[in-house]
Amino acid sequence: MVGLVVVSHSERAAEGIVEVAAEMAGDTRLEAVGGDGKGGIGTVPDAIGDAIDAADDGDGVVVLVDLGSAVMNADVAVELSDAEAVIADAPVLEGAVNAAVAATDPSATLDSVREQAEAARGMEKL
Amino acid sequence: MSEERAQDGEAVVRAVEAVAERIETERAHLTDLDSAIGDADHGGNMARGWAAAAEAARELDDPDPQTVCKTVGKTLMAEVGGASGPLFGGSLVFASADLDDGVTAESAVAFAETYLQKVEDRGDARVGDQTMVDALTPAVHTFKKSIETDDLAPLEALAKAVDAAERGVAFTVPIRARKGRASYLGWRSVGHQDPGATSTLFILEEVLATAADALGTDVPDVDATSPTIPDADGDSVEGDGADPAAEDDD
Repeated sequence: MVGLVVVSHSERAAEGIVEVAAEMAGDTRLEAVGGDGKGGIGTVPDAIGDAIDAADDGDGVVVLVDLGSAVMNADVAVELSDAEAVIADAPVLEGAVNAAVAATDPSATLDSVREQAEAARGMEKL
Repeated sequence: MSEERAQDGEAVVRAVEAVAERIETERAHLTDLDSAIGDADHGGNMARGWAAAAEAARELDDPDPQTVCKTVGKTLMAEVGGASGPLFGGSLVFASADLDDGVTAESAVAFAETYLQKVEDRGDARVGDQTMVDALTPAVHTFKKSIETDDLAPLEALAKAVDAAERGVAFTVPIRARKGRASYLGWRSVGHQDPGATSTLFILEEVLATAADALGTDVPDVDATSPTIPDADGDSVEGDGADPAAEDDD
């Protein structure tokens, strides 16, 4: 099953987004990671790498990210990871919910889950 | 390891220590710059990262230049907790591969070019985006040209590169940010000096000062402008910065 990692500058934001996405996620592995590792705001590649490993069961991992350094640090983590991981170019919360739903599809692949996450870019609310 | 390479490695460690000290001194300044247009974490993140990097470099048993750069880069990536981790640290790890045979004028040019390329790729930034690329690009281009075309001594080339970086930092002030946190401000980012370009300049200044010290000489008094008129047939620099005059000859 494709796993998901949510990366935010704020650990609490990442956990909150995972909480929202988990409602629709069935058995999907969802990992939240965020913060500078010292209680502050930021992102660290090693921690993101650990979250990718935890979310991977062999079918790959889609990584959702918030801003700037989260993208770059996730990029580094993906490069260094042994797992097959991709970053979704998507809004982090809406993308995570979409990806969680897509991952529960029995025919889901890494690409299909990433595409569904990225489909959240065009989501209209009003 | 040759004695020369061991001496170079020790000089690189001293440069890292000098950078850590300088960044700590400029911490409040960098934070002020970042408060105006970003998330106010640049001074703190860089100071923490470079302090840890200096400690890691000091603890190396037989520091050769490549190992020092790689260690510093990895430490920055682990400790910085922001975009500066992958940008400064990740690029350093990547570019350290060019120092396989130690520090020479040639390997230093390759190192500088790889570093710039990695920063551009990772940050998806180009000249004019109001980022550290605006300080790095003129520094790297000036260094490469000074070594490869003008055949200057490496220390003089580095001094010219530092002046070029300073001009690049000044260039970030009157332009609009298109990458990084400052880009969220749109036109309000105009009129502000980029923190990453500024810390890049500080790093280069400390590397220059340490290099001069290691060579037992003063920092050369030069600037980035070239007094000579380019020779149209003298296009010996390959890669970026194609010389239109040379193309016209064809």
